[in-house]
Amino acid sequence: MSTITNDDVRYVASLAKIAVSDDEVASLTKELAVILEYVKQLDAVDTTGIEPTYQVTGLTNVTRPDKIIDYAVTCDDLLANAPRTRDGYIEVPKVL
Amino acid sequence: MITIADIRARIKNGETVRAVVEEALAKVDAAKEFNPVISTVRDRALQRADQIDADIKAGKSLGSLAGVPFIAKDNFLTFGGKTTAASNMLKNFAAPYQATAIDRLEAEGAILIAKANLDAFAHGGSTENSDFGPTKNPHDPTRVPGGSSGGSAAAVALNIVPFALGTDTGGSIRQPASFCGVVGIKPTYGTVSRFGVVAMASSTDVIGSLTNSVDDAHYVMSVIAGRDPRDSTTLPTDGLAPDVIPKQLKIGIVKEYMTDAVQPEVRQAVLAKAEAFKKMGHIVEEVSLPSVNLALAVYYIVVSAEVSSNLGRYDGVKFGLSTKDAANLNDLYGRTRDRGFNAENKRRILIGTYVLSSGYIDAYYRKAQTVRTKIINEFNDVFGRGFDMLVGPVAPTTAFKLGENTADPLQMYLADTMTVAASLAGIPAFSIPVGSDKNNLPIGLQLIGAQRSDELLFAAAKQLQGESRG
Repeated sequence: MSTITNDDVRYVASLAKIAVSDDEVASLTKELAVILEYVKQLDAVDTTGIEPTYQVTGLTNVTRPDKIIDYAVTCDDLLANAPRTRDGYIEVPKVL
Repeated sequence: MITIADIRARIKNGETVRAVVEEALAKVDAAKEFNPVISTVRDRALQRADQIDADIKAGKSLGSLAGVPFIAKDNFLTFGGKTTAASNMLKNFAAPYQATAIDRLEAEGAILIAKANLDAFAHGGSTENSDFGPTKNPHDPTRVPGGSSGGSAAAVALNIVPFALGTDTGGSIRQPASFCGVVGIKPTYGTVSRFGVVAMASSTDVIGSLTNSVDDAHYVMSVIAGRDPRDSTTLPTDGLAPDVIPKQLKIGIVKEYMTDAVQPEVRQAVLAKAEAFKKMGHIVEEVSLPSVNLALAVYYIVVSAEVSSNLGRYDGVKFGLSTKDAANLNDLYGRTRDRGFNAENKRRILIGTYVLSSGYIDAYYRKAQTVRTKIINEFNDVFGRGFDMLVGPVAPTTAFKLGENTADPLQMYLADTMTVAASLAGIPAFSIPVGSDKNNLPIGLQLIGAQRSDELLFAAAKQLQGESRG
């Protein structure tokens, strides 16, 4: 594991789609470095032969009947929360 | 100390539900200096109150919580107002559907009156990360109520309502319950449907109650527990998992949670209650789970990773905050997320993105999930050796001062050090008030059980509460 740099933070922020300011990059780099330093203690733990845990219930293949559930929510209800709509569609700025 | 039984008795004796609900709403207004709630749902609450009053007049059969007012943390989607998650990102969001837990309480006649404050998106342990200002501790307004369910804990401690709902991802019900002197329940993972609750870390998020009494906690949890086809991670049982409860419990005091780093009065309170359990005829022994010391490091990797994924949905397109005049879609995402997330949200999203990114995922994320297995194995080992329940402090200290830990994110995280292991293992853990320190600040005792031993913890907690009354 390595120390995190300002450029790493800028790159990670671009992956996370957060347009952080240069001032914020500097403070985030410092704070993230402290947290990553703290979690480094896991390096020393012997985990040979141990599988990772991704869920704790042990439930597998939970299915439900393939039927439409009536949530009593209309298309208009959902569009009411959208910042921009046109003709019953959500509108977004151009992609490129 | 307001309880469900008090409210039921008042309504039975002829008081109108409207009067009960109006009184609770007036208490919300009177508690403004503590800032426990973000908004009230006054109109809908009064409409529902009038409906129940009409049902009473008409002699209709009533739900078991008919007319009992309650408060939900503002990360539960509810009708009748906004659901903000205490974030600017959602400050104008009106949910088009309700959380299953709210539906179940309403089906029994309970009346939601307000939405409680929290750390934005439940990221924090003090409620200071709320974009709507911090909540203050009812026992000392210069101190934090804990978090992230700080508003819920404060509302119950202030006797505004007999119960509030919270969410616990790494201690967010237990630690504020401890700081505010109320009963906080984190059930076994999967006990209560998460449908309609703003997701933080899906592998550890659970829903639970904050109440003044163990009896009320037990009742509220029995109403909201159970399988929900809309949350495929709910356990396939009706209500809380049944359990044969032995008369004599074998109780372990977790050695790793009783170090010199813990406030001496907190340790003394734990030992005093361990002694009380012995006097009741239970066996109490010290027990060691060395890997729980690694739980906080595991937690901040795993949970940040899940946070970074769950908060990907806030993109300024479908709902929530949206930057105007974006040059293109990428600009819309970037500027919306920069403005809508606060510093702590960003830290967690970036840590999570970092540990999942190419080149680091094995060293951080997979390593953490493997150490998580080690922690779970140690819990299984202890419960397999015949221990029925573990006890320890909830937090290393009583409530700290507002602003004391805000400059140092890692210091703030350390407040979660004794609660995160149970979250990673998905096992039930309760916080029970067991006295105060010399500053009259409440101390919480943590009861931890094996998966689906919630009923056993309730039985032990009731014995403890009976003991302190007697």
